Amino acid sequence: MDAFEAIKATFFQECAELLADLEAKLLILESGQTDLETINAVFRAVHSVKGGAGAFGLEALVRFAHVFETLMDELRAGRKECDDVTVRTLLRASDVLADHIAAAQGLIPDVDEARSAGLVAEMEVLTHGEASAPAAVEEEEDDFGFTPLTVGLAPLPSLDLPPLDLPPLAAPAGPAGWRVVFRPHNAMYAHANETGLLLRELGRLGPMEVSLDDSAVPPLDALNPEENHLIWTIDLTADVTEAAVREVFDFVESDCDLNVSPLGGAPFSADLPERPSLPDLAAPAPAGDLDISALLAAAAAPAPVIEAAPVAVPAPAPVVAAAPAPSAPAAPAAANAPAAPPAVAPVTIRVDLDRVDRLINAVGELVIQQAMLAQRVAESGMAARSSAVMMGLEDLELLTREIQDSVMAIRAQPVKSVFQRMPRLVREVGDMTGKKVRLITSGEDTEVDKTVVERLAEPITHMLRNAIDHGLEKPEDREAAGKSPEGAVHLAALHRSGRIVIEISDDGRGINRERVKGIAISRGLITEDAVLTDDEIDNLIFLPGFSTAETITDVSGRGVGMDVVKRSIQALGGRISISSVPGKGSTFTLSLPLTLAVLDGMVVGAAEQTLVAPLTNIVESLTPRAEDVHYVGGRDAVIRFRDTYVPLVDVAQTMGFRDAPVAAGQGVAVVVETESGARAALMVDAIQGQRQVVIKSLETNYQQVPGVAAATILGDGRVALILDVDAIVANARRRASGPELKLAS
Amino acid sequence: MTEPQTNAAVRELIAFRIGEQEFCVDIMSVREIRGWTPATPLPRSPGYMKGVINLRGAVLPIVDLGARFGLRTSEPTARHVIMVAHIGGRTVGLLVDAVSDIIQLTDGAVQATPDVASDEVRTFVKGIFALDGRMISLIELGMILPEVEAEAA
Repeated sequence: MDAFEAIKATFFQECAELLADLEAKLLILESGQTDLETINAVFRAVHSVKGGAGAFGLEALVRFAHVFETLMDELRAGRKECDDVTVRTLLRASDVLADHIAAAQGLIPDVDEARSAGLVAEMEVLTHGEASAPAAVEEEEDDFGFTPLTVGLAPLPSLDLPPLDLPPLAAPAGPAGWRVVFRPHNAMYAHANETGLLLRELGRLGPMEVSLDDSAVPPLDALNPEENHLIWTIDLTADVTEAAVREVFDFVESDCDLNVSPLGGAPFSADLPERPSLPDLAAPAPAGDLDISALLAAAAAPAPVIEAAPVAVPAPAPVVAAAPAPSAPAAPAAANAPAAPPAVAPVTIRVDLDRVDRLINAVGELVIQQAMLAQRVAESGMAARSSAVMMGLEDLELLTREIQDSVMAIRAQPVKSVFQRMPRLVREVGDMTGKKVRLITSGEDTEVDKTVVERLAEPITHMLRNAIDHGLEKPEDREAAGKSPEGAVHLAALHRSGRIVIEISDDGRGINRERVKGIAISRGLITEDAVLTDDEIDNLIFLPGFSTAETITDVSGRGVGMDVVKRSIQALGGRISISSVPGKGSTFTLSLPLTLAVLDGMVVGAAEQTLVAPLTNIVESLTPRAEDVHYVGGRDAVIRFRDTYVPLVDVAQTMGFRDAPVAAGQGVAVVVETESGARAALMVDAIQGQRQVVIKSLETNYQQVPGVAAATILGDGRVALILDVDAIVANARRRASGPELKLAS
Repeated sequence: MTEPQTNAAVRELIAFRIGEQEFCVDIMSVREIRGWTPATPLPRSPGYMKGVINLRGAVLPIVDLGARFGLRTSEPTARHVIMVAHIGGRTVGLLVDAVSDIIQLTDGAVQATPDVASDEVRTFVKGIFALDGRMISLIELGMILPEVEAEAA
């Protein structure tokens, strides 16, 4: 049962990949490039889902996939044109297909039956509407292909039946023997195997006739001596089993194309020496499931064949039976090569995320150890005495960095998986708001840590909704303003100075600053006479409580404002900003760390302790003079920062490292902003510098500590605490008299 | 251990000193023993939490066992020892004066903690036994971390 569940889990993993591929290919179709290869790819994806679902008895999924597949088959055969309406239906069908898979997986309780049925009907109209005459025939054929697959394993035994006719095969095989077509890959020679030895071994089984096809050998000046261009065809006359023949090639089977067929299978084996036909024979279906056409052929073949050419009966059998065993590694490669030479699929393996994380942890420790070692050596003065030690250390550092980068790259994934979901969103939001929108994406291949990728989806969704709903004008307004009625929204990802930057820009009306200011005043977020720069006004929309009932619509409302977006970005260690030009549009810029395992921090000293403040929280640092510090109610210190007084929080005192705050006029104030947008000045003794630190959890071996977000290990090997700025400010505020004071005139 | 062990209840314990007193814990829960290195103090934590140190890249909390048992404490010096122990899925450093011995013990030799001991001691001491005229207390490590206290507070 466990094994079954494991296979099922693998199936769902594959489904996820197939769905992503499906969506990508449909988007290509949507963009107007309706080439046959893309349509075929969509067909194959749906077909693979259906095939697997059939094996697991997932009826609803199979039924839906079947209708989908049937329509794809019509498109594939060119009987139906791949127009806009069809592609839009297909896109929605892929959404429902994803729902069906999720339901089968138990991720969602149920599929929206009405929607599913609606799409089935829609697809059936598309399938039969135009080509009503041939449809009857086609449908029959499709049903034929469909039935064996729903039953899943049923067709397999029926296909394996021919080998059961082994007596007839064995009898004529006695005098006949086997035809072996052997094409070594370059790798076979690289692995120190030799054709001559294999042939000698084969010769021990019986008399043989060897012919060599050297037609593919290039002229001498173009010949790479390490490449093989030869194909051997060996007719072996021996009363041996196929397995005995294959055994000879046991050690090289993954390094060659090998085809063993009974001698005398006249029309079938006559094709064998032809090089292009090899993959077709060796790989009836690349994914390992059975291709419909192969099933049909196999099902249709026996009847006429038995009467006409008894010798040929065994011919399909060994091929089908042989496919899973020896050609398994060779088949995908062979199938890929002739079908789509430009799209060489990268070789991948599935690895448990746990293992990767363990490796990442170990490398994190290696980096710290390396830094410690370097520091110790420097302290000992050894490096100054011996340049060899120095060089060794430098090499070690380079190597460590390289290992760290490579390991981090394992977790890195392109943002494509998130970007791919957005066209659907833009379609839906566009329809809902009655606006014409064109989404242009770029930088989909930009890579970032898996966790960051996963958490990007939500903020991007919100901001796209926002851009369309609030940013873009209605088509008629756009035309009145002299713009194209279709609004454009750009979604771009790029790497910039060790961070990933996501930009979402629209060519809409831009931010209405008067209105934003008005709302902010009416919500009590700013005073009526506050003097703000354009930039400051734009950023008001991130304040909590700004987005309220007045701006809620079906689309971007839902009670989620930009402050929530900002908070979720900050939780990832990111920053968000906006720039806007009235009448021209707005650009939101997100900047995020590439990984959550490291953090950009400001290393500070307080009461002989070294602490790290996350850079994302820091607004500015300054050295206050004694007269800059004021006391509210005689006790709670505030400091004037720009136009406001912000509370002064002594870090060492708040954390209990000392009793009295740092003396006025000494120390440095680091102005921070909490997630809720409140500001405070953290007083520390000194700033030691900026550094990227590896985040270590305190909870692993201890527990959460108030005021501490996590820990890290510095170059001297000591543990430094990373400040939880929000908690420190909140803690200080609880003691202080009240919230940050506005400068009243 | 050249003689075949017939009695399955024999356990190996590691004995250590805090001040004048001797204690021991199951040797299986101790991962390694290392010298004292200055710890980074944790804010607003109980007095017996000495802070955290770096153990090959992991953040290791240090518990001053003497303070935890309510005994007198002294500032740790380079002569002090940290026993790195595994307690309920966490790795914790236990600060003691010195590690003295490895003891083999049969369960039958352990006597229940007498009533004279203070509440703090009785929380952690599972029993006592005599060895070569020394009295040794058998420690149960499960309650060493302040978790339960912190939640109650």
